[in-house]
Amino acid sequence: MTAKSSLLVQDKRTAQRNAAERRFIWYGKAAIAVSLAALVLLLVSIFGNGLSSYRQTFLTLTVELPEAKLDKSGVRDPAVMSKVTTIGYAPLLTNALIAKMEELGIEKTLSDKDLADIISKEAPATLRNIVLADPSLIGGTITLPVLASGRIDGFFKGRVSMESAALDNNTSPEALVIAQQLSDAGVLTTRFNWGFLTAPDASDQRPEAAGLGVAILGSLYMMIVVLALALPIAVAASIYLEEFAPKNRWTDLIEVNIANLAAVPSIVYGILGLAIFINFGHLNQSSPLVGGLVLSLMTLPRIIIPARAALKSVPPSIRDAALGVGASKMQSVFHHVLPLAAPGILTGVIIGLAQALGETAPLLLIGMVAFVRDYPAAFPDSSHIFGDPATALPVQVYNWTQRADPAFVERASGAIIALLIFLMAMNLVAILLRRRFERRW
Amino acid sequence: MSDLSLSSLLILFLGGAGYFIARLRAAQLSGGDSRALTALPAQHGLFVGLNALLPGFGAILLLLIVERMAVEWSGPSFLDRPWIIGGVGIAAAVVGLVTGLLRQSRSFRARIAAEGWISVLLIAASVVAILTTLGIVMSMLFETRAFFQSYDWRDFFFSSTWSPNFRGGSDLGILPLLWGTIYISLIALVFSVPIGLFAAIYLSEYASKNLRSVAKPAIELLAGIPTIVYGLFALVTVGPALRDYFAQPLGWGDSASSVMTAGLVMGIMLIPFVSSLSDDIINAVPQAMRDGSLGLGATKSETIRQVVIPAALPGIVGAVLLAASRAIGETMIVVLGAGAAARLSLNPFEAMTTVTVKIVSQLTGDTDFNSPETLVAFALGLTLFVMTLGLNILALYIVRKYREQYE
Repeated sequence: MTAKSSLLVQDKRTAQRNAAERRFIWYGKAAIAVSLAALVLLLVSIFGNGLSSYRQTFLTLTVELPEAKLDKSGVRDPAVMSKVTTIGYAPLLTNALIAKMEELGIEKTLSDKDLADIISKEAPATLRNIVLADPSLIGGTITLPVLASGRIDGFFKGRVSMESAALDNNTSPEALVIAQQLSDAGVLTTRFNWGFLTAPDASDQRPEAAGLGVAILGSLYMMIVVLALALPIAVAASIYLEEFAPKNRWTDLIEVNIANLAAVPSIVYGILGLAIFINFGHLNQSSPLVGGLVLSLMTLPRIIIPARAALKSVPPSIRDAALGVGASKMQSVFHHVLPLAAPGILTGVIIGLAQALGETAPLLLIGMVAFVRDYPAAFPDSSHIFGDPATALPVQVYNWTQRADPAFVERASGAIIALLIFLMAMNLVAILLRRRFERRW
Repeated sequence: MSDLSLSSLLILFLGGAGYFIARLRAAQLSGGDSRALTALPAQHGLFVGLNALLPGFGAILLLLIVERMAVEWSGPSFLDRPWIIGGVGIAAAVVGLVTGLLRQSRSFRARIAAEGWISVLLIAASVVAILTTLGIVMSMLFETRAFFQSYDWRDFFFSSTWSPNFRGGSDLGILPLLWGTIYISLIALVFSVPIGLFAAIYLSEYASKNLRSVAKPAIELLAGIPTIVYGLFALVTVGPALRDYFAQPLGWGDSASSVMTAGLVMGIMLIPFVSSLSDDIINAVPQAMRDGSLGLGATKSETIRQVVIPAALPGIVGAVLLAASRAIGETMIVVLGAGAAARLSLNPFEAMTTVTVKIVSQLTGDTDFNSPETLVAFALGLTLFVMTLGLNILALYIVRKYREQYE
């Protein structure tokens, strides 16, 4: 080793140490990059798969409604007419399609039965509902947009190709050629799909008709239950623990208990709901009330923790001043501390609600995976409040991932986009609240 | 049920009426000079209102629970008629209303009395947390006991085959499920702990203010995404990609759902969890310790590795334990990403299953609550609860103990 070293020349060991420093920084940057890349990949994957579900392919057809087929009795009584099922309406649509093709000069390369596969299986039901709602239409013609089948829709969204159609029982390359010609003629159009947000779920064979209406309604009902139960109970519990509770073993137990409950896996709450609310309490399975109760119990500790932090951040001088002018302890809390802590509590509540909205596992166990076509009523006649079966947004996503038709993957991703938009809106409100009302003492 | 909502409305009305009557009476008692009263008229109103409302609703709630218990243990009882329960509730409210009004006088300390009821409400709300835990433990204990009456506990804990059969004669060994759970959690932790830890270190010690103001919320965004979204991501994107680019070319399997898929995606989910927890812990290490190390000539990374991390180690261990408990209890990612086949294998590209997946699959659909195939879900749930509870308590204990050191 040389006796002299210079500050201007790095010796070997310093160089090593500096290299280690650079490596360390590089690890940190890589970690950030990986996390951000994961986030981007996740969002790109969901939005890339799901955005197309907000657009849907419709056929505009002019349908004849012959009296002989739809209302033989001629009395125009919907009760009598409802004997004609959707099977009676399907040929009308097929005929309308054939007529349209003749009018446009499109070569008919398929049998009637295969041509019918271009139109959604949901379309006859739509037509039937229109006719039953207004029997005077019979005998005339109406022009209406009807859903194209899932495969045709997939063709215009790039999910179905000529090659895949050749192997497919539900469609054929000829059908796609006809669809392309119809599209060129403007009969077949792709436009914004309100039905996706309002329509109920549809069966396996008709992904094009499946919507989120029931799921959104079910989630809304559950959020109402959670808000009505979790908010007051959590606020009351945090007031007691923060302001009144004596420091003893009991309150210590409650505190440890709450910290643990916040970390209990959500599926355990599902088991609790199944055992207590359904098996013991005899509330309706798959009802938003049970879902809301389970989510309330799950959200409770997650609200209590931030609510207590908000109460704690109010300085004791506020309490002392109130007590000094003769307020009781209760009055000092309810008149002064609580209003000052309200923005913080509310932020916690909104974030808790957002978590509850995205929760899936406990809802699977209480039967909310059921296939529900009817919009649930808030006050059903035959059962308790929020007692009608319903599904929820995240459960609907799960439900659709279990279906065979790949078109449901698109639907599931679309449902997630709706869910993420709701969550983002809630978090935005929470952030704005915090910005607007946050106080530093 | 409609009888109950009617009686509930009536009780609400009685409470409201109590408030106004008591207020007016208090004003009358004072003879126009409110200084003559010990408590304000509004306090009188509040007391009488609560004195009617709380016993009314309390009685209904209590009777509903008693009625359900009676049905559960001894068959239908005379309580099994909503109008009896509703009637008792209304009677309790009326009694509360009348006794409240009778207690009114000039010297009545209505504020103290009303606040007594409010404290009852506050305490009741805090007890809900205890009741929830009790409910969780009791519901699972009862059903688990029923399960072990029809199925030998040794077979459950020590058998390595899981093949439920709803016609009977099933093998319900928990070992393959536990193995899947632990394997997936391990992969998730191996992925998320270094990344989360390095991200936290970089953000708190090196990053510029601008980078931090972008990267920190972005990483926290990952924490706000529901797990079903991660599940779909695993099912649609990560699973097929791993199969096509790793498993098939390497000849390790051709299943899109695998331990690796679920583990990786769960790892992504845990990154923000680990990083925000370690961020708090690293920031809690006093600046004086860093300054001392830097002053002796250590580089920044040497300071972090040899001073900050050792000082923060107990907290970081706590964070990792909490993350592990999260991973073990996670459901949707494994339901959609890991598969349903119960097997004991080391190959990470094979589909395996976890405790949570089997709870879901045994309890969804039409289930018969007397068969061991359904009841096993409660035993699985209890096992899961005990495991996560142990990890949580240990982690909370470590984190708390550590925090005290520097405060």
